[in-house]
Amino acid sequence: MNDIRTRIKLEDTELLNTTSTNFPGNYPGYDDRLNLDEFRKNLQIQISHLDNTTTEFDIIGIDASITNAFRRILIAELPSMAIEKVHVTENSSVLPDDVLAHRLGLIPLRANARLFVDKTPGDTKEHEDDTLVFKLKATCKKNPKATDGNDDPKNLYINSSVYTEHMEWIPIGNQATKFKMDDVGPVFNDILVVKLRPGQEIDLKLVCHKGIGRDHAKFSPVCTASYRLMPEIVLKKPIYDKDAEQLQKCFTQGVIELEDDNNGRRHAVVSKPRLDMCSREALRYPELKDRIELNKIRDHFIFSIESAGALSPDQLFIDSIKLLMSKCDRLLQEIDGNTNN
Amino acid sequence: MQSNDYVKLQVCPVDDNTNAKLTVGAPNLSFIIRDEDHTLGNSLRYVIMKNPDVDFCGYTIPHPSESKINFRIQSKINNDSTSTPAIDIFRQGLVDLKQMCSIVLEKYEETTKTFKDMETN
Repeated sequence: MNDIRTRIKLEDTELLNTTSTNFPGNYPGYDDRLNLDEFRKNLQIQISHLDNTTTEFDIIGIDASITNAFRRILIAELPSMAIEKVHVTENSSVLPDDVLAHRLGLIPLRANARLFVDKTPGDTKEHEDDTLVFKLKATCKKNPKATDGNDDPKNLYINSSVYTEHMEWIPIGNQATKFKMDDVGPVFNDILVVKLRPGQEIDLKLVCHKGIGRDHAKFSPVCTASYRLMPEIVLKKPIYDKDAEQLQKCFTQGVIELEDDNNGRRHAVVSKPRLDMCSREALRYPELKDRIELNKIRDHFIFSIESAGALSPDQLFIDSIKLLMSKCDRLLQEIDGNTNN
Repeated sequence: MQSNDYVKLQVCPVDDNTNAKLTVGAPNLSFIIRDEDHTLGNSLRYVIMKNPDVDFCGYTIPHPSESKINFRIQSKINNDSTSTPAIDIFRQGLVDLKQMCSIVLEKYEETTKTFKDMETN
């Protein structure tokens, strides 16, 4: 019974018990109503890795619908700054204007979107609180100091490859005092924008706005955010020697270890189920199939967030929780406003 | 960003020719929530289903090209024919979801701080 409530069973041809069924009235004898004190007691967060670009942590004791809401908000609804308009004065490169503009839009920018406001639609003026402006100007010329015999374009020509480090920030209004030079710009300096040859030149003004991932993927602040459920491997009967070695090969390295027991035989022991990628390979072998059970724990999520560079991943997760709370607030506002009328 | 005439939440009338006041206290209501999708719909549905007064709770996205959800709540009718108004259940669900988020936020900030302190030492 407990298994139906807490585990997703992985069979060889199907998955069982995938939906949460712990609602009041479903199971006699269980009171499944929402108890926030119990939720607070049972909720655990364990961080296994955290740095400026990626984080991996476990959330235990929460339902998939809320974890999924956080993941969806991370990908599609957290705002960030990206190049939206490109004013082309000169583009004689091999890339057409629109292809070049598309590439420029995807460049991740280091800018804290929270310090900017959304642009009002239809407003074409550049205000200091909603726009960032960059200049990208590069001309390719022959290198007079080229060494003979070296055919590398970097040797033969100057500016044959235009990188994001050639982007220059043009502060407007009070931005020069609000932001430091190092705070604003592309996250990586070595992203190749376009390749040029002598005689070709680009002279562009790049205008950045604030946007959300739902509008265009370039605004998504994460490379990706994903979660997987914690796998569980149960050995129903002991597995020895050759079968144990076969079992070890079925899983990712490190999941199953072989231990010597007192009778001189080696038996299989589940040591790190977390590493398992749930391929269900072991269920393909008839001699192993009936002796193991593969499950996933329904309320244990291994969450992984990789930031595109503007904000740190833990800050992004905090923002996504706050955004879900503000969605609730917005609806509460409407309800309370209407009941007063 | 929201203008005054932007209606995010709309209640579908209980039936034709009904008194608006009756709709507010009704046990069964359908809502139309604009500019929302599975993100809010599924998490709110889960929280409201955890309420023992709820007989039925579900949401649907009528068409993926239109950004709105239809959310329906039906509350249990007790032996003495009383029932909690659906709008109150909806409101309580939002409050509970907000509380759950703030508990997650608290725990996460606490854990991150401990982790960062451990890293610097």
